[in-house]
This record gives sequence, C-alpha cells and structure tokens, in this order.
Amino acid sequence: MSLLLDAPLALVAIAVAIRAVAGGDAFARVAAFMAYGLVLGFIWVRLAAPDVALTEIAVGGGITGLVLLQAAGDARFSRERGVGLLYHVCAAILALGVFAALAAVVLLLPEPAPSLAPQVATNLPATDLGNPVTGVLIVFRALDTLLETVVLLVALIGVWSLSPDPLWRGRPAPLWPAPPSGALDFLARVVVPVGVLVGIYLFWAGADVPGGAFQGGAVLAAMALLAIMAGLMPAPALGGRRLRLALLAGPFAFLGVGIAGWFVADAFLDYPDGITKPLIIAVEVAITASIAVALALLVLGPPAGRKA
Amino acid sequence: MSTPTVMGLLGAALSAIGIYGLMVGRDALARLLAFNLLGGGVFLVFGVVARRGAGAGFGADPVPQALVITGIVVAFSATALAVALLRRLAELREKARAPRPAPEGEA
Amino acid sequence: MSGILGSALAGDMLLVGAVILPLFALPPLLLAPPRLAERLSVLVLLASLLVALALAARVGADGAALATFIGGWRPPLGVGLRADGFSAFMLVMTAVVLFATGLFAMTTPGAAPGRVARGRMPPAFWMLLASVFSALNLVFLAEDLFTLYVALELLTFAAVPLVCLDGKLAQVEAALRYLLFALFGSVLYLLGAVIIYGLYGTLDIILVARAASASPGFVLALAAMSVGMMAKAALFPLHLWLPPAHSGAPPAASAMLSAVVIKAPIFLLVRFWLDLAPTGLAVAVAPVLAGLGAAAILVGSLVALAQPRLKLLIAYSTAAQIGYLFLMFPLAVVASPWSALAWTGGALHLASHAFSKAAMFMAAGLMAEALGHDRISGLSGVGRAVPVALVAFGLGGLSLMGLPPAGGFIAKVMLLSAAIHLDAWWIAAVILAGGLLAGGYVLKVVGLALQRPAEPLAVRPVARWREWVALALALVAVGFGFVPLEPSSFLFIGRPASWAGLVP
Repeated sequence: MSLLLDAPLALVAIAVAIRAVAGGDAFARVAAFMAYGLVLGFIWVRLAAPDVALTEIAVGGGITGLVLLQAAGDARFSRERGVGLLYHVCAAILALGVFAALAAVVLLLPEPAPSLAPQVATNLPATDLGNPVTGVLIVFRALDTLLETVVLLVALIGVWSLSPDPLWRGRPAPLWPAPPSGALDFLARVVVPVGVLVGIYLFWAGADVPGGAFQGGAVLAAMALLAIMAGLMPAPALGGRRLRLALLAGPFAFLGVGIAGWFVADAFLDYPDGITKPLIIAVEVAITASIAVALALLVLGPPAGRKA
Repeated sequence: MSTPTVMGLLGAALSAIGIYGLMVGRDALARLLAFNLLGGGVFLVFGVVARRGAGAGFGADPVPQALVITGIVVAFSATALAVALLRRLAELREKARAPRPAPEGEA
Repeated sequence: MSGILGSALAGDMLLVGAVILPLFALPPLLLAPPRLAERLSVLVLLASLLVALALAARVGADGAALATFIGGWRPPLGVGLRADGFSAFMLVMTAVVLFATGLFAMTTPGAAPGRVARGRMPPAFWMLLASVFSALNLVFLAEDLFTLYVALELLTFAAVPLVCLDGKLAQVEAALRYLLFALFGSVLYLLGAVIIYGLYGTLDIILVARAASASPGFVLALAAMSVGMMAKAALFPLHLWLPPAHSGAPPAASAMLSAVVIKAPIFLLVRFWLDLAPTGLAVAVAPVLAGLGAAAILVGSLVALAQPRLKLLIAYSTAAQIGYLFLMFPLAVVASPWSALAWTGGALHLASHAFSKAAMFMAAGLMAEALGHDRISGLSGVGRAVPVALVAFGLGGLSLMGLPPAGGFIAKVMLLSAAIHLDAWWIAAVILAGGLLAGGYVLKVVGLALQRPAEPLAVRPVARWREWVALALALVAVGFGFVPLEPSSFLFIGRPASWAGLVP
C-alpha cells in the first residue's frame, strides 16, 4: 500500500512546484519553494536515502530558502519581461515533450538495475566506515568531495568580488533590516545550543549512521545565522585571519592528506592502512568547519562597506 | 505502482515544470526558482536510479546518493551566487533611479 | 627543463598536479598582502605552465596516454584522470594563455604602491584566474562524468564573477544572464549523466563507451548533455549571453573567457561525439551540429560587422569563430583518411583562435586605456599611440581571416581540403564566406586605426610591456601557420581511449 503514501507526497510536490513558478508575490513563491524542499526531504526517506533527505532539508530547502528570501525582498527592482501566448504554448509543448521522454526513460530503465552497491559493500570494510555514503564521499570518490569544498570557496569569492576589495575587511550587511525582537532572541537562545549539538552529532555520527560533513556543516551554519539574526553575535568581519583560515582549512587539509598519500600510501588521496579512520575523521573535522563557515558566509553575502 | 516508479514519474514532471519555468519566467527570481525545481527533479531521477540499485545490504545504491549530496551543495552555491548578483543589480538599479524621488511605499 | 620535470615526476603526479597546483594561489591571496600575493600567484601560474609542458612532453615521449586512478580506486567505483594527445594539447594551450593573462594583468613593477593603484587587478581576479586554471585542467583530464560536472560548475563559478569585476550595472546584468545560461547547461548535462548511470551503472566515459548502444535512453542522455554544452559554448541560437558578458569584463578577463573558458564545453562535445557515442549515431547527428555552426559563423560575423564598439565586435567574432569547431564534426566522425586532417584542422583552429582572440582582447583593452573609450568610429590614429598593440590586433585578425602565414590559414586549408575530398561543398562555402566576413570586420578596425587623426589625440600612457604580451600571443597564433600540412600524430596519441595497460 505504498501508493497511498507516495501518491499524496508526489501530488503535494507538484502543487508546491507549480506555486513556486507561478507568478505573484515573491515571498509566496519562495515559501512554496521551501515547502518543496521539505516534501522532497520526505520523498528521499521513501527512497531509502536518509543522508540525502537530511541534506535536502538542511541545504536544499533550508539554507537555499533563506538566500532566496533575501532576493524576494529585492524583487520590486527586478525587470519583468513579457512573453507572448505563443511562446507560452511552445514552452508548454517542449516541457510536455521533456516529461514524456524522461518518463519513458525512467519506465524503461534496465532490469535488473545496474548498481555499484556490491562494489561499495566489498570495499567498505577497508575504510573502517559504517556509512556507505560517507565512504563514497570521503574515500572512493574523494576527488569530487575535495573539489566540492573548493567550489564552495570559489562561489564565496565570487560573491565577495561584487564588492570592491578595499571593503573585503568589512562586515556583510545585516540579514534582517528590523531590530531583533524579544521572541527571536529567546528562540535563538534556546535553539542555537541545541542546534550546535545536533550539527556536531550529525557530523560525528556520519561515519557510521546517516549524517556527515555536509549535513553537520549546514546545521552549524544555520545556527550561526540564527544567532546573528537574533543579535546574539555580530556578523563577522571578513578580513579576519581566523575566519579565512577556517575557510581554507577544509580544502587544504584534504589536499594535504591527499598529497601525503603519495608518500605514505600508494596514490594521491589514498589513506595509509592502520590510520585510515583517524585520518578520515581529521579530514571530516576540517571540511565540516569550512563548509559551515562557507555556507553561512554565502548566505550573508558580500561585504557592505561598514568598517570592522 | 512501486515507489521508484511513482517518484521517477514525479522527477520527470518536476524537471518539465522547471524547464517550463525557466523558459517563461517573468523575472530573474522566477528563473532561479525554476532552475532549483529542475535540479530537484534531476536529483530525484538519480534517487530513483539509486533505489532501483538497492542490494548488498544497502537500501539504495550509495554512489548516486553521495553524488546527489554533492549536487545539492553545488546547486546551493549557484543559487547563492545568483542571489548576490540579483541583489547587487537591485541596488544598482535603485541608485540609477536615485535622482528622482523614491516612489511611495518604500521604506 | 620541462622534459627533465616530466621524467622526474611520476605520471600520476603530473596529472593530479595539473589540477591541484593552481589552487595553491588561493591561500596567499586570502592571507598575504596584495602585492606579495599577486607575485606569488604569477609564480604559481608559471609552475602550472611547467607542469602542463612536462605532461605534454611525457605523453609525446611515451607515445601513449598517461592515466591514474584517484586513491587507487579503479572505475567504476573510483575516478580516473587520463591525458591523451588531445588533452595534453589543450592543457598546454590553456596554460600558455592563462600565464600570459597573468603577466598582462600584473601590476607594473615599481608602480606607486597606492592603496588602490589605478589599473591594479583586485585579489578576486587572481583567485578566479587560479580557479579557472584548475577547473579547465580538470575538464581536460577527468574521465568521469560527475567529476566533469563538478569541474564545469567550478569553471562557471570562477568565470561568471570575472564579467562584473568593475561592478557596473550592465556588467552585473550580463553576469547574471551568463550564470543562468551556464546553470541551465550544467543541469541538462547532469540529467544526461544521471540517465547514463541508470543505464550502465558507471559514469566512467571509457566504460560507458564500451557498453553503450544507440538505445533511446542513451540518445536522450547524449542530446541533453550536448544541448547543455551548446548553451555553455554559446552556439547559435544560444549565443545571446556571450557578447555582453565577454565585452563587459576587464580586458584580461575577456581574454581568458573568450580564448579558453569557452573551449571547455567544446572539448567535452568532441569527447561525447567521438569517444562516447556509437559511430553511426555520431555520423547521423554531426550535420545538425555543423548546420548550427554554419549559422553561428554567418550570423555572428554579420552582427560583428555592425558593432559600434571594439570589444563588442571582438565578442561577436568569438560567437562566430566557435562555429568552425562545429563545422568540423561531419568531417571528423566519418571513417575516411581525410577525417584525421579535418580533426587536426579543427584542433589547430581552436588553438590559433585562443591565442589570437586573447591577443585581440588585450590589444583592444590597451587601445581603450590609451583613448579612454573603445568606440570604433573614434579609433582613428590609435596606431600611433599603441603601435605594438595594433600590430598584435592585426596579426590576431590575420589568423581569424585565415590569411597566410597565420595559424588560422593552415587550419582552414586543412578543413577545406577535408571538406572538398569528402564532397561537403556547403561546408567549404561557409568556411570561405566566414573568412571574407572576418576580413571585413578586422580590416575596418585596422584601417581606421592607421588613419591620421582629424585632431591631435589626447592619449594616456600605457605600460609598454603589456603591449608586448599581447604581441607575443598574436605571434604564437601566427606561428601555428608553420606546422606541416598533414594530420598531427601527437593529437592521436592514446586514441581510441582505453584504460588498458595505462595504470599498473
């Protein structure tokens, strides 16, 4: 009777997706998108992918929604373009074509499905990790994850580059123009310590059960943002050396371990036998810190020119 | 219908909605939202591929799961960069309008 | 020297080093004082150039591709890097152009150390340059479709902010449009990769190519990936984002974007249709690609002729010139002795366009710096102010027109001979027409610049050595005109692609 659960989830997902692309108030569209992230999170649980579900809810819906909310506030300055009815019809026909083609591909996927699950199962014991997804991220496809941390750093540099570099020592503009209310302050004081613990747990547990650097980092970033919004701490000055070292720690600790692999193991990003697990944990600590800082700073945006 | 089939069709539908939104989106925010919907649909199709590949004691093939996690974070970075550009654009347009008095209703 | 480096370092160090070495410019740029960080960045660019040269020397000496598996995990579970002759060629081309871009952008030695000296490039520029370098090298070396996705996104995030470094309204608009097109391209690409994993359970290009047949799912995947790459390569009719983006950026950034960044999606299209797709399918699809390429050449060149501003003219010329690389497909995919010549001509065109376009954007930037504007109607007499830059522009233009002795000439002769021998007369006609149109827009500028100005020009001084950097690049483009008129054996090293025997 899985259809009784799946069909409503799918219909809700389609409904919020249509609401998000339909016209109207920018805040309503972003709110619909955040709901979309939440529904997708449930769907990922249905697909037996709890690690993805956590990421989707924390990053896909949560922090992405927070960024988009800021854009919604500026929507009145956006330039609207009118498109004709004919164009709408053409777009609809194309979209229907895409749906039909993709649906056919999905329905005609080969049976039995090709899978790398057996290969992961065979090789996972060598990594001392219990969570196969973490194994893929940090060991089997470590290069992708290493570059992913670089991608975050480069995206942040791109965001900062929108302000002239003499301002780069300053702080980002406040997230919320209104002064923090008592309710938000109270909420933050209660939620932030719990959230930080959850974030650390997610990352720590990620070696063996669902969770990991990305999910833990995202929760930590969200807590930092909440604390900043509630006025518990100021937005950081972007010129701070400790902040910049934290940004570099993840990618360069990962690179350092990778390079060491040439000398103490057999290849770049090969972990030497015996200390595999401690090394993986060390890499994860570094990238979790960098991911948390980078995600939070990406939400905060470019420096606004107020001197530190 | 099994869960992967339903969700596979949902992924196809969400991708189609995203492509439609990208084409007809009235402003940059609309196109950015559509891009994220499209991304969600593509990831979902990957999730279906993973679920179908369940085996060796795993509920779903771990490789696509890991790649989707990377993909979600990449999509967030893209959104953050686009939003930063959008906001700077709004700021510059406001400045370009500055000689005229600000329209009422603006705080 | 690079030969020594090539034999001293293991092949896997060269492959991984090409990808990670440029990233080591980031920490000093974030932590050290700007001037010191800038000098260190130039050193990192130089080191990366040496690695690229060493890698190419090694591939040439071995006569075989270099390959490595990251962390020792073999595909399909792990990720492989592999350099064949074509990748090594692209690596060296990119490294030379980016190193020259770094030299061009460097603060003049001994310039007044002001807090924000005029003409100084911000640290953001250097960080983005280093990231573009790393991302491009990864595009050329990765054999895994998802690693390539990450590389493409890294490239996008590094390239887009380059467009609006000056922070003007029109530039930010151009950057946002560029970003949305690029993201659309990436997500379509990813859709294709997802379908491929669903069909074959691997993302490794070599393993997929071995398993693939022209099934409907695989055709859809290739179509999605190709449309995605066309959006990123600004192939007609998806070219509208390119001219404002490439013309609005600072000259050093424009040079980088137009010369090498745009080549990454084209490189991948070549890999999809020559390495991944079954030959029968590639033969069927190639005329479509060539038709779009022909339209790009004709439309792009005509619009370039009508441009009032020099940088926009050069940007439209890029939209036109990439068309030639698509014209190559029908000639290169068929089984014929002439296809090797077409393929060599295409690669040569790609490289000579990279060098001449970088030189032209730099020269245009110097002209604009000297005059304070880049209106073509006001260029008269600029040849007296920046003579070396004008020579660089003219030589670059010579290669675009396809006149001897430039690289563009020999590339077009190769493409033309292949087209004629393969009875593709319409392709030959488009090549010739495109050359004439390029002649029109290049000569329009050079003719004006050589005129005696109506009134004396008010000229701002320009650092001479930056003119010489532009000229050096233009001379490389001309130098390609002296390669022998025959298929290059270097480009065919390691083809068809395989992992066999490459990694112990």
